Amino acid sequence: MVTISSNLLFAAFILYLVATVFYGGSIKAKKDPNETKKTNKWGSIAVFLTIIGFISQLGYFITRWIAAGHAPVSNMFEFTTFFGMALVGAFIVIYFIYRSTLLGLFTMPIAILVIAYASMFTRDVTPLIPALQSYWLSIHVTTAAIGEAILAISFAAGLIYLVKAIDQTKSNKRTFWLEIVMFALVVVLGFVVVSTAFSAIGYQEKFTWVDKHGNEANLEYTMPALTGPHEGKLLTSDGFKPLVEMPALINAKKLNTVIWSFLAGFVLYGAIRLILRKRIAAALKPMVKNIKLDFVDEISYRSVLIGFPVFTLGALIFAMIWAQEAWSRFWGWDPKEVWALITWLFYAAFLHLRLSKGWHGEKSAWLAVIGFVIIMFNLVAVNLVIAGLHSYAGS
Amino acid sequence: MKDVKCECGHVNPHGTVLCEACGKILDEQETNKQLLDMRYEGSARRSQTYNKTMIDKVWNFFSSVKVGVWLIVITLIASIIGTILPQKMYIDLPPEVYYEQEYGTFGKLYYQLGFDNLYGSWWYLLLIALIGVSLVICSLDRVIPLYKALKAQRVTRHEGFLKRQRVFGVTQNADKSDLAILKQHLVQKHYHVREENGNLLAEKGRFSRWGPYVNHVGLIIVLFGGMLRFVPGMYVNENLWIREGETALVPETGEQFYLHNNQFILQHYDKNKNKKFEKALAKAGNVVKNYQSNVVLYKRTGEKIPGEKPKLEKVKEYKVRVNHPLTFEGYSVYQSSFRSEMNAMRFALTNKKTNQSYGELKINLREPKEKYDLGNGYSVEILNYFPDFEFGKDGEPTTKSRVPNNPAFVFRMYSPEKPKGETSFVAIRQTIEPFGNNTYKMAFRGIETKNVSGFVVRKDSSLWLVILGGILFMIGVVQGAYWNHRRIWVQNKNGEIWIAAHTNKNWYGLKRELEKVLEETNINMPEDQLQREETDKEGV
Ligand code: HEM
Repeated sequence: MVTISSNLLFAAFILYLVATVFYGGSIKAKKDPNETKKTNKWGSIAVFLTIIGFISQLGYFITRWIAAGHAPVSNMFEFTTFFGMALVGAFIVIYFIYRSTLLGLFTMPIAILVIAYASMFTRDVTPLIPALQSYWLSIHVTTAAIGEAILAISFAAGLIYLVKAIDQTKSNKRTFWLEIVMFALVVVLGFVVVSTAFSAIGYQEKFTWVDKHGNEANLEYTMPALTGPHEGKLLTSDGFKPLVEMPALINAKKLNTVIWSFLAGFVLYGAIRLILRKRIAAALKPMVKNIKLDFVDEISYRSVLIGFPVFTLGALIFAMIWAQEAWSRFWGWDPKEVWALITWLFYAAFLHLRLSKGWHGEKSAWLAVIGFVIIMFNLVAVNLVIAGLHSYAGS
Repeated sequence: MKDVKCECGHVNPHGTVLCEACGKILDEQETNKQLLDMRYEGSARRSQTYNKTMIDKVWNFFSSVKVGVWLIVITLIASIIGTILPQKMYIDLPPEVYYEQEYGTFGKLYYQLGFDNLYGSWWYLLLIALIGVSLVICSLDRVIPLYKALKAQRVTRHEGFLKRQRVFGVTQNADKSDLAILKQHLVQKHYHVREENGNLLAEKGRFSRWGPYVNHVGLIIVLFGGMLRFVPGMYVNENLWIREGETALVPETGEQFYLHNNQFILQHYDKNKNKKFEKALAKAGNVVKNYQSNVVLYKRTGEKIPGEKPKLEKVKEYKVRVNHPLTFEGYSVYQSSFRSEMNAMRFALTNKKTNQSYGELKINLREPKEKYDLGNGYSVEILNYFPDFEFGKDGEPTTKSRVPNNPAFVFRMYSPEKPKGETSFVAIRQTIEPFGNNTYKMAFRGIETKNVSGFVVRKDSSLWLVILGGILFMIGVVQGAYWNHRRIWVQNKNGEIWIAAHTNKNWYGLKRELEKVLEETNINMPEDQLQREETDKEGV
């Protein structure tokens, strides 16, 4: 069952990749700039592939649920993949409201990155600790992820807006920050590439080290250690000797992974720049030629409007109901809870700024970007670094 | 202040920008604008009208959304700071030690700035309270004038009003039949259509305008419910430890309820039984599957008489597990932790030379007997017992508490050889023979432990308010976000058909709908004046 499940996920992943190519084609093939309502052949195929991929991933989800005996949203791999699936689902829904294949061209790569990122974590079926043994686990986590996914669509639309609206002939703050966003996406790709590469060759090296309480412990790296652990002794004979040793306060292994991801990100980004001979955002600009600014602005705003209630329900209300049952208090200022609150406050501020100060267009698009950064921080940093009750921990 | 009478005859309150009934511009400044600010229908809001007294100033301050957004943003940033290091309630060392030890100078600073208890600090609570105040004033400032204006609106509108709508168009020669088709289409699209002198006002989704106010009321109720927690008696939160086989009074129940703990159960996942988790378990080692206490709930019957055992009546048996609290009469009992406690110790009276044992004794650490007879002239007497032994300041042995954490005994061992007995002081891993060398010793044979279940007893009388507020909030956001308020005016002006349309959000959808509605008629699709402005700009 688990094998079938993995295969379905893999199939979905490939389908999404192919669909993205078709989305690209659908933009290029558009002849009449005023013809925005009808999708051309390329676009139809792209949407069709997306839907098939989504169904395949749904198959992964259901079969894994059966295999594990609980909803597969209980560890980093499962939750992140689900988020990727929700992103595709949210796109399909928004597509049928606004019929924009360009949105697909921007959303699908993000979904693909998310799923690829998820697959870097251990894919074992994990047992549930008592606190997680509740049907509220599936209700809370899925609703929250769906809400976040819909909110993330506003990021994709905001990105389109920025790519179109920002003048790439002059370098300034706006072109710089937009390029930083692009670079960040490349770094995620970098992480996927190095993780895959090192695990493909089965890289491993072992250390003993001394933690901040002075206890000796074992540690296993799966990438060559650039940053070694505190008072670390390399046990693997042909292992890579760390360049610097970290103090005990810092998690040297995680930092090492981050550094490798950035290195790979820089190399990839450099290569892309060499090929394109301009900023990524500048290279994307011809793609967005035919879209109207206020149209993408509305898609972006609309996704926040649709996503905000779903997010509130899943990440705050259902979370509180469950917390009341599991931990006897509906609110406990656990880091994960606080970050849900932060996300929620942020989007509340977003809505108010739009309503009262008329922050439409570019300002709103930047806010959509920041919102996505917060959601990603929530998913990655809060789970992996700021450990709390909810932490899926792991390494 | 004087009310303003419009030329259409409607009397508007002082401060009105657009006549509530016909939409004529009453405020000179507004006439210069190409498009009207329709946000609150140009109604007379207190905050925009009065600015004299102190009360006006406070009102105006809090009714500004700018202030509201700032409050939200400041709260957001403060909340972020609180997640950098663990909060006080999640650490198990004294904070003055913990932060510096774990995080160095930064940790010390964090603690000194009071961030260790950020969410309970007065200034954080003040921020939330200010958001609440802002929420109330902001909503009151808008909802009442908005309600009045929407209620007073008439079908026929002033020319200036129509012209300055974002979506507006004129058709020169349309005929009656067009209007009839149009009207029919509008009704099909679920518009509520009103007619007056051949003019139409089609409206739908007005209720969505109340969404924000409903959700704000919900929020206020949630905040209020959270505040009630500080009222004595509204909120009970107690820890309760009960040893297996014992019964304890449930605190804060007016000595009404008693809980008996039959057994505590701790289960781990078994690699062999749960094949699907095999790999994960191999990596993670032991993973807990279940924490459970089998309990019986009793209720006292009759009066409580001091010094007498209460009469108890069984209410129910229950298996308290994580996620499955025991609930009764507003109280909930949660499985929250456990520990195992030393319950009994076993010793053997042993001859030191021959190592021969002359009988074993088991000492109940809660209620040790004074004397244990081992037969054949062997017996042991407990002269003194220290359940939680330490050496006091004067060097004499004492006990820290009644809990048997570190039991120690002074034994007197009687045997046929030593009928007067020998004295021995026995604690964990040490034996002292105060009166010289003994022939016999108490050889340690083992410890028996007993589990103690840790429960949390809760009663939260304001929970229903929080739930109510949450439901209202959800209704409000959905109402405001998933519907929108659309109006289409179709008016006869000088023999031309004027069409203007307004929506509070989602203009794209409105325009699509207009296209549908105008199908099969000769009426021109009105233009989006804002977009025209923008394309004009882009063209430059
Ligand atoms: C955490 C706190 C808050 C939340 C979650 C919240 C939520 C919302 C939501 C969801 C909307 C509807 C937005 C839309 O439809 O686009 C809204 C509208 C509004 N909120 Fe809040 N709000 C909060 C605090 C405040 C505060 C402090 C103020 C006052 C300064 C305020 C004033 C308003 C106003 C004036 C509107 C627009 C009403 C209208 O145009 O009809 N809100 N709020």
